[in-house]
Parts: sequence; C-alpha cells; structure tokens
Amino acid sequence: MDNWTFGITMIVVGMGGTLLTLGILSIIMSILKNAFPFKKEEEK
Amino acid sequence: MFDAISGGIQGLISGFVNLHWSNPIMIGVGCLLLYLGIKKDFEPLLLVPIGFGAILVNIPLAGLMEEEGFLRIIYDAGIMTELFPLLIFVGIGAMTDFGPLLENPKIFLLGAAGQFGIFLTLALALALGFPQKDAVAIGIIGACDGPTAIYVTSKYAPHLLGAVSVAAYSYMSLVPVIQPPIMKLLTSEEERKINMGIVKKSVSKTTKLLFPLVVTVIGGLIAPRGLPLLGTIMLGNLMKECGVVGRLTKAAENEIPNIVTLLLGISIGATMDGRIFLKPQTLIVLGLGFLAICLDTACGVLFGKVMKVLTGGKINPLIGAAGISAYPMSARVVQREGQKYNRKNYLLMHAMGANTGGQVGSVMAAAVMLSVLKGMGVI
Repeated sequence: MDNWTFGITMIVVGMGGTLLTLGILSIIMSILKNAFPFKKEEEK
Repeated sequence: MFDAISGGIQGLISGFVNLHWSNPIMIGVGCLLLYLGIKKDFEPLLLVPIGFGAILVNIPLAGLMEEEGFLRIIYDAGIMTELFPLLIFVGIGAMTDFGPLLENPKIFLLGAAGQFGIFLTLALALALGFPQKDAVAIGIIGACDGPTAIYVTSKYAPHLLGAVSVAAYSYMSLVPVIQPPIMKLLTSEEERKINMGIVKKSVSKTTKLLFPLVVTVIGGLIAPRGLPLLGTIMLGNLMKECGVVGRLTKAAENEIPNIVTLLLGISIGATMDGRIFLKPQTLIVLGLGFLAICLDTACGVLFGKVMKVLTGGKINPLIGAAGISAYPMSARVVQREGQKYNRKNYLLMHAMGANTGGQVGSVMAAAVMLSVLKGMGVI
C-alpha cells in the first residue's frame, strides 16, 4: 500500500474511530450514571 | 611466558581498545538522562534506570545484550513479550480515579481530541520518508503514555525503542513547559476566564464498577488488537473500585509496578547502543515526538472551543489541553493557567476528568490504530 493511502486512512479512520469509540463510551456511561444514581448513603 | 603476560594485559585494556566513537557519546547521553532524572526530577523512576542501562550497554565487550547477557534476558522476557508495559498498566488502572471523568462523561471527547496528534504526526513521519511501521511508532509518542508507546514500538519498530521511550518520558516531564504557550495562543482571554463551577459528586459505586467492564467489552469489540492494553488498565481499575481484593490492588499499585519499572527502564536503556541510537533519524524521531505532543495540546484546546460553543459557553477550552495522557501533570497545568486569568476559577477537577479521559483516549487510540493496521494488512 502506498504511503499516501496509508496516511489518509490512518488519519480519517484512526481519528474518526477514536472519536466515535469514546463518543459511544460517553453515551453508555451517561446512561449508566442515570440508571444507577448516586446515593448519599454511599458516602458513609 | 611473555605471551601469557601480554595476553593478560591485553585482556585488561580490551575495553578501551574496542571503544567505538559512539560509545563515549552515549555514555554521556546516559549521564544526561541521569542528571535530568536526579537533579531536575524529570520522570526519575524511568530516566534513572534508562540512563544507567544506556551507560552499561555502551561499555564494549561486556556482552550484556548478547545471547546470555543479563540485559538480553530481561529484554526478551519483558519487552519482546510485551509483558512489562502491560503489567505497569494494571498498576496505572489501580492508581487512577475515573470519578471526575464519569461526573461529566462528555469530557471523553476531549480525551479523544487529545490523541489527534498521534495520527497527524504519523502522517508527517510518512511524508518525511519513514517506513509505515516506524511512522506508527513515532506517532504513538503523542499518546504521551510510556507503556503504550513501549508496547507499540517494541512490537513494530524495536530499533526505535530507545528513542521513542526517551522522547515519550522526557516530553511528559516537559508538559508544564510545552503546553502553556499553546493554550494561550489558541484561546482568548475571555475564554480562559470561563468559570466551570464546582464538580458535584454524582457517580455511584455501581457506575464506577461497571465502567471498566463497559470499556473493556465495548472497546475490545471495536478494537480487538488493543485489548491487551485496554484489558490490563481496566483490570487494575476494577480491582481498585470493587474494594474486595485489597491485597491485589496494593500489589498492583506498589510492588508490581516498582519492580517492573526498574526492569523496564534498564532494558530500554540497553537498546541505546551508540551504533544503533546515534543516527540522524534519532534526532528526527525526537523532533517529531515533540511535535506530536504540541499537536495533541492544540487539538485538545481547539476541540474544547468547539465544546464551549456547543454547550453555550459552559466549558472552558483550557481543559482541552488536559485531554492528553500526562496524568496528573496536565490537569495541574490547566488549573494553574486558569487561575492566572481568573483567581476564582477552579478547573482542577474538570481538568482531572479530561486528563483521565485522555488516559482512556490514549489507550483507545492505540487500540484503534492497531486494529486499523491489522485490517489494512500492515501487521
């Protein structure tokens, strides 16, 4: 594979994949945070 | 008789006779790393053993990196097998509190933006003529995460291990110097003054327990080649959060990383033989590594500006600079810079969230990169 194709693929798929994955994790953790809310009793 | 005496004397001076011109220079480099670690407190836990390893390997005829040399044994056992960086990652997971990140999960995106420098630097390394796998190893310096850089480099460009490791750890120490000018350049004074308020405690223990499991499974399914990295850091974190394996957590925070760090450092130093290390490409690698961290900071801050607009001005773009994996140094830099412009602004916990997001982000970026490389057939 030529370097140009390799570089563009890594930038687009690599950066996009990282952003997308962390975006998905962000959404899932927001859902879980709402599903399992913090209770003050846990502090004790 | 004369021959025997002559042979014996030759044996004593053979070290001097066999010195290559690069050996004294690399002994000097090793001493410099020791100076940086001991006197300047630049990541001493790594730079001291790396520096000493570099000195050892540049003394000729000692055979330390030959087949049965003790440095070769340690190198093959821990670096070639990728075991050392993974064991350190268990410790990092056990020592990290992802609470501030989970308080505000959209901060994950800053952790992603803080890794863009990896891919941009990879492209630049390719443009400068480095082979593809070498460019990957150079780009990963931008992860600002020693074990990740060592894991990727030892696998795909082991001849660059010394340069990449020294770059990664040295520049992590220089984050308080590298980041502030970039943060100032890319933000207005009004933006730097944005007050983000206090972080309220809102994450349950259940959420903290589920976090490592979710990251491992989802992240592993998306980027399976990075699962060793993801899995080990999340194992450490799960052990910390579950609270029922105190002895294991204590070992993961103390004894294991202490021993592994020593062995890792000395075996990385052992790769710094002058004949391999002293080439023009080493300087280029060091330069590109510096650029990678600058690009990470710039991308993080710029993404912070985007998030500021999208949230109606609630996010201070400075915290984007903490989206790199230099934990917790980068968060402290953001706090200090924020206070310069608004003494009532306490950005530390918000920046800690971005910083821990950067830790997950750097591991995720490496995992995505490895999986994309596998998909393209490069590895």
